[in-house]
Amino acid sequence: MHPNRQPMGDRDMKSRVLNLVLAAGVSTLTAVAATAQDARDTIRIVGSSTVFPFSTAVAEQFGRNSEFPTPVVESTGSGGGLKLFCAGIGFEHPDVTNASRRIKSSEVERCAENGITEITEVMIGFDGIVLGNSRDADRLSIDIPDLWLALAAEVPDTQGNIVANPYTMWSEINDSLPAVAIRVMGPPPTSGTRDAFVELVMEEGCEHFEAVTMIEESDEERFESICASIREDGAFIEAGENDNLIVQKLEADPDAFGIFGFSFLDQNINKIQGSMMDGVEPTFDNIATGDYPVSRSLYFYVKNAHIGVVPGIAEFVAEFTSEDAWGPFGYLADKGLIPLADHDRAAMAASASSATPLSM
Amino acid sequence: MTDMAQPMTSIHQSDFSRARLRRRYARERNFKIMSVSALGLTGIFLVILLGSIVLNGWSGFLGTELRLEVTYSDEHIDVENPANGNFRMIILDALRERFPEATERREQRALLGIVSNQGIYDVREALLDNPSLAGGSLELWIPAATEVDMLNKGYVDRSAPEELRLIDDRTIAWVDAFDEAGDLATVFNWTFLVSGDSREPELAGVGGAVLGSFWILLVTFVVSFPTGVGAAVFMEEFAPKRRWVDVIEVNINNLAAVPSIVFGLLGLAVFLNVMHLPRSAPVVGGLTLALMTLPTIIITTRAALKGIPPSIKDAALSIGASPVQVVSHHLLPLAMPRILTGAIIGMARALGESAPLLMVGMVAFVVDLPSGPTDAATALPVQVFLWADSPERGFVEKTSAAIMVLLVFLIAMNGLAVYLRQRFEIRW
Repeated sequence: MHPNRQPMGDRDMKSRVLNLVLAAGVSTLTAVAATAQDARDTIRIVGSSTVFPFSTAVAEQFGRNSEFPTPVVESTGSGGGLKLFCAGIGFEHPDVTNASRRIKSSEVERCAENGITEITEVMIGFDGIVLGNSRDADRLSIDIPDLWLALAAEVPDTQGNIVANPYTMWSEINDSLPAVAIRVMGPPPTSGTRDAFVELVMEEGCEHFEAVTMIEESDEERFESICASIREDGAFIEAGENDNLIVQKLEADPDAFGIFGFSFLDQNINKIQGSMMDGVEPTFDNIATGDYPVSRSLYFYVKNAHIGVVPGIAEFVAEFTSEDAWGPFGYLADKGLIPLADHDRAAMAASASSATPLSM
Repeated sequence: MTDMAQPMTSIHQSDFSRARLRRRYARERNFKIMSVSALGLTGIFLVILLGSIVLNGWSGFLGTELRLEVTYSDEHIDVENPANGNFRMIILDALRERFPEATERREQRALLGIVSNQGIYDVREALLDNPSLAGGSLELWIPAATEVDMLNKGYVDRSAPEELRLIDDRTIAWVDAFDEAGDLATVFNWTFLVSGDSREPELAGVGGAVLGSFWILLVTFVVSFPTGVGAAVFMEEFAPKRRWVDVIEVNINNLAAVPSIVFGLLGLAVFLNVMHLPRSAPVVGGLTLALMTLPTIIITTRAALKGIPPSIKDAALSIGASPVQVVSHHLLPLAMPRILTGAIIGMARALGESAPLLMVGMVAFVVDLPSGPTDAATALPVQVFLWADSPERGFVEKTSAAIMVLLVFLIAMNGLAVYLRQRFEIRW
C-alpha cells in the first residue's frame, strides 16, 4: 500500500498506541518508586558459594513447610556477603550471610560502625578440600609439605636458599610420587576455597622447612609471602570458580590434578578419586572426625536486629539447625555437608535459637 | 571484423597472457574454496554447539515417575485436620509393603530416597482434594528421585563397581522391581516448564526464570522504547544542527559499544545505592538493561527516519502540516517497521544478558514464581549459569535443556523481527 493512502484511522491508532506506551512507562516508574520503601516479607540471604548449596536446600524446605515465602539466596562469596550484610540495618540490607570462613574482626568493626552490634554466629558443619584426579590414573598419596613444594612459588633448595620453584615432575619432590608433570587446576584468588587451601595446606606445609621458618624472625612479611604464594609458571592453573569445570577437565586429562570442595568429589565419585593427604583418604567419615587434615568450618550469620522485623528469620534458623537438616542423616548430609559432632550441634542449636550475640 | 579479431586472439594466446589467465582462474578458484570452507567451518561449529546442547538436554524435558498404592491409614492421618498428616510415613508404608525386606532404619531411609520429596506433597494434595480418601487407599504416580531418574535415563553405568556409582545395587534392584511390574514410567516433565528453581534436579524448572525474563523485558521495553524513539526523533527532526548535537551523537554511538557489565555497575550504583530499589527485582534488572538497549534503539530509529524520502516530509509541510503532525502522522508510522525490528533485536540481546544482572543481585536462588516486577526473580541466562555450577549430576541435562528454552525464545524474537521487516517494510 502506498504510504499516502493510509487511512486516517490507522495513523490515529498508531499515535494513540505510542501515547499509551509512554503513559505506561511513566506509571511503572512511579509505581516502582512507591513500592521501594515497602516492608519486605521475604528473607534475604547472601554470601559464600560453598555454603550456597546447603543454604538453598534449607530455604527450599523452609518455603515448603512453613507459611513464609521461600527465602531468596544469592551467591556473592564470603567476603562480598559480609560486605553487604554489614552495610546497615533496614529492609534494603540482607538478613543472613553465609561464610566459608569465620567473620574477621575488621568485618565486625565495620558492622558496628553501621549500627549492627548484635550478630548471631552459627557454625553449620565442615567442608573438606580435596586434591583429586581421574580414576584412569593411580591414586596419589601425598604429605602436606610435599604438596607445598609442588605448588609454592618459591621453595628452599638443598643449600637452604630460597629459589623459584624448580620442580616440574612429582617424582622430583619425592621418589614415592609418580613420574608425571605437575599440573594442578584450582580456584582463583577470589574464591573462599582458595583462601582455605592457602591457609590449611600452603601455610601449614611451609612450616616444615627450616630454611623458611628461619626467615620468620627476620622478615615476617617475606615469610608470609613465601608460604602463601602459589606458583605462576604454568604448573598451577587457575580454572575458575566453577568446580564442575575442573571435574570435567580432570576426566579428560588423567595426568592432571584438581583442587575442589568435597561435595564435588562426592557427586562425581565414579569419575574422580580424592588423593590421600598425610595418609588419610578424603571420605565423609574422615572429615567428620577431623582425621582428614584439609577441612574448614562453614558458618552463617544472622542480623539480630532483623529478627521479628522480617518475618520468619527465627523459624528459618530453627529449620537450619534441626536434626532433619544438619544431622548426620539429614538432607544437608545428602548434599555433602559434613555435620558437627553431636554435642557441638546441640550447643550450637541452643545458642542459635536464643540468638546469642557474637563476641570477639 | 575478422581483421580486428585476429590480432586480439593472438595477444591472448601468447604464453605470457595464458599464464596470466591461469593465475587469474587459480585465484578465483582459491577464493571460492576459502569462502566455502569458511562457511563450512562456521556450519560445523554451529552443528557441534547445537548438537551437544540438544544431545545433553533433550532428556531434561523428561522425568521418571513411580506408581505407588498409598493407604491413608488412621495411624498417620488426623481426620479433623487432614493437612497435618504424616505423609512421609504413608509413602514409607507403601514402599515397605512392596519391599518387606527393608526393616533396618538405614535401609528404610534408602528406600524412601527413591521417591522425590515432591511425593509427600502429592500425597497430601490428593487427600486435601478428596478428604473422603481418609482410611482408604489410592494409586498415585509420584516423581522419582534424581538418582533413579539418572538410572532410568541410562546415565548410570550398571557394570561399574558398586562403590563407584551414586546408586547402590540394592536401590537398583528396587528400581528394577518397579520397572518389571510396569510401575515405572518415563513421562514429559511439565514441572520443568512451569515451576521455579529447586535444589532437587527432578523438581527444578525454568518457569520462574521465564517469568523473570518476561518482567525484565517488559520493564526494559516500556522504559527504553518511548525514550529511545523520542530521543531519536528529537535529534533527527527538531534539534538544531549544532556542535553539541554532534557530541551527543558520538557519545550515543560509543555507548552502544560499552561492555554490558559496565551498565550493571551503573545499575548497582544508581538504582540500588541511590534510589534504594529492591535487590534482585526485575524492575532493577529491566531498568539496567533498558540503559543498555537505549543506544541501539536510538541508532536504529534515526537510521529508519533517515531512510524515509524527504519528499514525504516536504509534501506534508507544503500542505500545511505542523512539524509535530509530520512526525506523528507520516514519519513515525512509516518508520515503525524498521524501528520495531531494531527494538526487537535489542530486546533479544537483553534477553541473553547475564553479566549486568549479576551486579544487581539477580543471580540468586529464587523458588517462588515472581508475580510482578518488584518480586525477587532470576532470568533465563542466569538460571543456566546457576545450574552449570551445581554439583548434582542431574543438573547437567537441566542446564542444556534451559539453554534450549532460551534459544527457542531468541529464535522466536529474531523470527518476529524478520517477519515484521518482510511484511511491513516499504521499499522506496
